[in-house]
Amino acid sequence: MARTLSMRQALSEAFHQVMEEDERVIMLGEDIAGGKGAPGDQDAWGGDMGITKGLQPRFGEERVLDTPISESAIIGSAVGAATCGLRPIAELMFVDFMGVCFDQILNQAAKFRYMFGGKAETPVVIRTQIGAGYNAAAQHSQCLYPIFAHIPGIKCVVPASAYDAKGLMIQAVRDDDPVIFFEHKVMYDEVRDEVPEEPYTIPFGEANIVRDGGDCTIVAMARMVHKAKEAADALAKDGIECEIIDPRTISPLDEDTILESVENTGRLVVVDEAYPRCNMATDISALVAQQGFADLKAPIEMVSPPHVPVPFAPELEEAFIPTPEGIAKAVRKTVGYAG
Amino acid sequence: MSENGIVAITVPKWGMAMDEGTVTAWHIDEGGTVEAGDEVLDVESTKIANAIEAKQAGVLRRQVAAVGQTLPVGGLLGVIAPADVGDAEVDTFIDGFVVVAPDDDEAESGPQPQSIGVHGQTIQYLVHGEGGVPILLIHGFGGDINLWMFNQPILADTRAVYALDLPGHGGSSKDVGDGSIAFLAQATIGTIDALGLETCHLVGHSMGGAVAMQVALDHPERIASMTLIAPAGLGPEINGAYIAGYIAAERRKDMKPMVAQLFADQSLVTRQMVEDVLRAKRIDGINAALATIAAAQFDGDRQKLDLSDQAGRLDLPKQVLWGADDHIIPVSHANHLSGANVTILDGAGHMPMMEKTPDINQTIAAFVASQV
Repeated sequence: MARTLSMRQALSEAFHQVMEEDERVIMLGEDIAGGKGAPGDQDAWGGDMGITKGLQPRFGEERVLDTPISESAIIGSAVGAATCGLRPIAELMFVDFMGVCFDQILNQAAKFRYMFGGKAETPVVIRTQIGAGYNAAAQHSQCLYPIFAHIPGIKCVVPASAYDAKGLMIQAVRDDDPVIFFEHKVMYDEVRDEVPEEPYTIPFGEANIVRDGGDCTIVAMARMVHKAKEAADALAKDGIECEIIDPRTISPLDEDTILESVENTGRLVVVDEAYPRCNMATDISALVAQQGFADLKAPIEMVSPPHVPVPFAPELEEAFIPTPEGIAKAVRKTVGYAG
Repeated sequence: MSENGIVAITVPKWGMAMDEGTVTAWHIDEGGTVEAGDEVLDVESTKIANAIEAKQAGVLRRQVAAVGQTLPVGGLLGVIAPADVGDAEVDTFIDGFVVVAPDDDEAESGPQPQSIGVHGQTIQYLVHGEGGVPILLIHGFGGDINLWMFNQPILADTRAVYALDLPGHGGSSKDVGDGSIAFLAQATIGTIDALGLETCHLVGHSMGGAVAMQVALDHPERIASMTLIAPAGLGPEINGAYIAGYIAAERRKDMKPMVAQLFADQSLVTRQMVEDVLRAKRIDGINAALATIAAAQFDGDRQKLDLSDQAGRLDLPKQVLWGADDHIIPVSHANHLSGANVTILDGAGHMPMMEKTPDINQTIAAFVASQV
């Protein structure tokens, strides 16, 4: 009770618990232990962010596999192992690297259940990092989750709290379908909240209502949830109460919770760190424009970065990422809309 | 209390997560007289709304916080003082009031749940206060120690008050054996033994009431008195749809109507309350334990175990408290326990200890105090 963990610690605890309870769970990825064949401590790294540290000493090299630098080898073997009865957790370091193994996700893992008459199961979890703010340049900072939400047959998880990260990860490993788990790299240490010690699961497709409010609905994912909270706190001082909804999984998407909230507030701001074209902000805006049109008192606002690669220069990267001020401005625009 | 009898009414801390409270209503006008235990105002936290009682008799001299105002825990809400204290003294008291907000470290050093081994199981418990013949609080189906957050600190003014998580609930082991009242009663008496309580007053809510009766039947010499709040085990009827729905619900929209059935005043059901219930149920093993318990104890709309005859013959002080608008177990069962004092509370559903906190606290405190 009242124990708080960082998202890093919460994920680590989830991995230890799922590997303990089910020996079919294996883990593979680049440097997830310490670099195969390298001299010295084999568990020196525990992944490039240290999330998987401690797993190989506990569960052995048979279940925690350091792989060569080959995304197609990692995903190909994980998907293959999943179809043959294992429950692999594959780490793909950065979502930006998905290009080299995309066919195995898009045309293989995502299609097996459908093309084999519902009889094939592919219980694979692909973990990958998203997000800007780490000063890691254009090829290591993108939020490419909308590309995967586009594909039927893949479940997409975008957690925003340590509690959600643990519960959704355990759910992902127990799920019989391919799940891609997007971890915002800045949140590993930035986010800390109450996490039960026991294993628990959070169902996919159930949004979290982060904050109650009657004036404007803000839908936000991952790190943007926290930017939205800052905005909402500032707005509350002026008497504007925002309801913040974190979908937690963008596929499946909890449409009901979003629509019910807009029914109550009549206003919608969607905040998405992904590039602005064809992202979750446009998708959720379309949903509400079509099914919640009669409830709207003002045009929907979308807050996303500009349509440019993530800049490397720290000042430009900062300017790229949506801010609480930008979100508050969008909310004020909906509240002040005169028709 | 200051030496001239001026008492501050401050924002209480209802549970670890509470750091501020909002005034939703004043029940006493400025200048109005209050008795100790009277409801003075309502305060709402993110978790729940509840009434704040006067700690002593006097005149409500000031409503310092207006309706709608949000104050930190420890913040000054109002002032009670004897009628003969001058206004200037009251103003001086208000001006000099310093908010002592419990910082995180201090809050951590307050009562924390602990665990104890009982028959190879782990039982989580929480203790407030010390001394006297202790009270043991036993929650109902799907509950845990947090259910008593409005009662335990108050009752602990005069004695040690323990609350436990039954097996399959809260932070205790998830093994519920055959799911019977007998199994839960064994775990409870095992806890009483492990805690070294020679005798104690039992307070059981709902299913915890049936557990309390079973414990008293098995070990009457250990039980100083028995308070049953809307207990199971006093008659055949129970709301089976509630039990089934509670077990089945995984999502907010399915759970909210279940939680709503527990209260007479539906506005008490906050989103946070529903979320807390779901969080508890998501823990591995909890839902399976609840399903085992439900299968063992209930058959649709009927309770399998009726302890009213046996418990009625028990020669120990007993009382039954019930909300008049209980939608889970009918209030008519309140008269099924012979020899018991019966109190029916209007405007309360199945959770009178949350909905009618001051009445419940006073009734229990007076009842246990009257036992020598």
